[in-house]
Amino acid sequence: MSGIEIEGLNVWFGEYEERVDAVKGANLSVPKGGSFGLVGESGSGKSTILRAIMGLAPTWSGKIEILDKPVENPRGRDFYRAVQMVFQDPYASLHPRHSVDQVLSETLSLHGFTDIDKRISKLLDDVGLGPSFRFRYPHQLSGGQRQRVAIARALAPEPQILLLDEPTSALDVSVQAEILNLLTDLRAEHKLTYLMVSHDLAVVGHICQDIAVMQVGEIVETLGVEDMRAMRTKHPYTKHLLESSLQSAAG
Amino acid sequence: MSKLLEVENLWVKFPTRTGVFDAVRGVSFSLGQERLGIVGESGSGKSMTGRAILRLIRPPGMVTADKMELEGVDLLGRSEREMRKVRGQQISMIMQDPKFSLNPVMRVGAQIMEAYRLHAKVSKKEAKLKTIAMLEAVAIRDPERVYRMYPHEVSGGMGQRIMIAMMLIPDPKIMIADEPTSALDVSVQMQVLEIMDKLVTDRGMGLIFISHDLNLVSSFCDRVLIMYAGRVVETLQADKLHEAEHPYTRGLLNSLPRLDAPKDRLDVLKRDPAWATDESVSG
Ligand SMILES: Nc1ncnc2c1ncn2[C@@H]1O[C@H](COP(=O)(O)OP(=O)(O)OP(=O)(O)O)[C@@H](O)[C@H]1O
Ligand SMILES: Nc1ncnc2c1ncn2[C@@H]1O[C@H](COP(=O)(O)OP(=O)(O)OP(=O)(O)O)[C@@H](O)[C@H]1O
Ligand SMILES: [Mg+2]
Ligand SMILES: [Mg+2]
Repeated sequence: MSGIEIEGLNVWFGEYEERVDAVKGANLSVPKGGSFGLVGESGSGKSTILRAIMGLAPTWSGKIEILDKPVENPRGRDFYRAVQMVFQDPYASLHPRHSVDQVLSETLSLHGFTDIDKRISKLLDDVGLGPSFRFRYPHQLSGGQRQRVAIARALAPEPQILLLDEPTSALDVSVQAEILNLLTDLRAEHKLTYLMVSHDLAVVGHICQDIAVMQVGEIVETLGVEDMRAMRTKHPYTKHLLESSLQSAAG
Repeated sequence: MSKLLEVENLWVKFPTRTGVFDAVRGVSFSLGQERLGIVGESGSGKSMTGRAILRLIRPPGMVTADKMELEGVDLLGRSEREMRKVRGQQISMIMQDPKFSLNPVMRVGAQIMEAYRLHAKVSKKEAKLKTIAMLEAVAIRDPERVYRMYPHEVSGGMGQRIMIAMMLIPDPKIMIADEPTSALDVSVQMQVLEIMDKLVTDRGMGLIFISHDLNLVSSFCDRVLIMYAGRVVETLQADKLHEAEHPYTRGLLNSLPRLDAPKDRLDVLKRDPAWATDESVSG
């Protein structure tokens, strides 16, 4: 069974001379239970692909299939039960006047859960936030704490597919390790499917089996994680990306 | 080396339902014409330390310090009006949530231009040219297009670079950069760091560089403060970061995933309650 199947995806913004082709003819395929990474240049269209899957891109063409079914326009409740996204910008995705408790209980009751209290405690615990954070508002949290609330909210409906846009970029590496281990466990236990964007190739290499490299709206190369580790690449941009990232890791 | 900034025994407190929460607890450090890195636990008080220096902690939050001086002149006693001047001209801060700090209903170019004209008395035309040049300098591919965009239309990494461009305008004495490159791919990151580096080496700016990227801090900064639960637990020369002794810092170094050494599970820290209560060390 296929988790995410994308063929010939184009996404554009604006018209005529203002038109921006943010994604051009992208193909990618993630089997159910698989884990796929998107890396590449800043502004190359990574977030736009995730947003298009979520139904948040105004104009697009091509094929998007989730769990072997083409997506409906607009996406229905079943879609959001199955697919959740952690946004790149957690501040913008949390309502400023809703406490952590409100954010999570709203999501849980929307998806028909009843044991809400117990689930909130469990979710907060899973992302390494103690009970003292439950009644805080977004402005009372640090950057990494907000990002963890966003992750908890995405996990709340027990989705089958998670779209993760730089999920650990605001976390210190010890919390990052805990979140990455949690993602690994969830995938093993529930056969979750991940599509993850990160500029950190070591994070992508840790979580993902296959990786697509993007540059100015196009996927220039798709490669397996073993090939990435061994620097077996065909495209010069991929090579450049791998070299600079190994260099910066070496100090 | 002359001291640009001196901070002694800085506290930031927030009243909460369950009593007063100490976000920063007795932090002391000084900054010269150098790159000072701050790394540490999520929620350990890094951003609040930066905001406190600029007196941007909003009530009911409270800030106290035995000393907080910019080039030997007290910051704590200044009026709000004087502080606005400090923020506009002497100390710049790149906030952790860049898009949130931009005006959502104003085009990117107009915002940078406005900031620039506040600083330099130049014509609109000149300001526009300068704005485009600044966008180019932070490696934005299509500066003319980005000039006309609204903040919600730019990507995460573009937003970060727009904020950096804006903060460079006043030619500040001190720049506090809070996770300024967390959304940038490595090659763009290198270009942006080069700009900051030039300001330190050529113009003698002091840079406080808050980041969770240990390798980056180790190679880019001169010194590092490690924060945990509101305190500084260790200070090191940046290139000696890998020889850190504090168990928290050691734990951080061990929890990094590595491209060249894959493993199924990453090591996680066992946090010792004593790390939170030990005395803060001075940096
Ligand atoms: N609403 C919009 N209107 C116009 N252009 C847009 C809009 N949203 C995105 N774009 C443009 O689409 C391109 C791709 O943006 P996207 O956010 O997908 O990049 P990204 O690969 O996620 O980059 P980053 O790593 O910096 O987050 C950018 O040039 C961006 O300016
Ligand atoms: N208004 C507030 N009321 C209560 N607590 C607050 C408030 N603002 C911040 N805090 C707390 O202060 C602590 C320090 O926050 P700060 O933003 O400085 O963390 P940080 O070190 O920058 O973390 P991160 O790396 O996650 O951004 C956090 O535990 C946060 O929850
Ligand atoms: Mg993005
Ligand atoms: Mg912070």
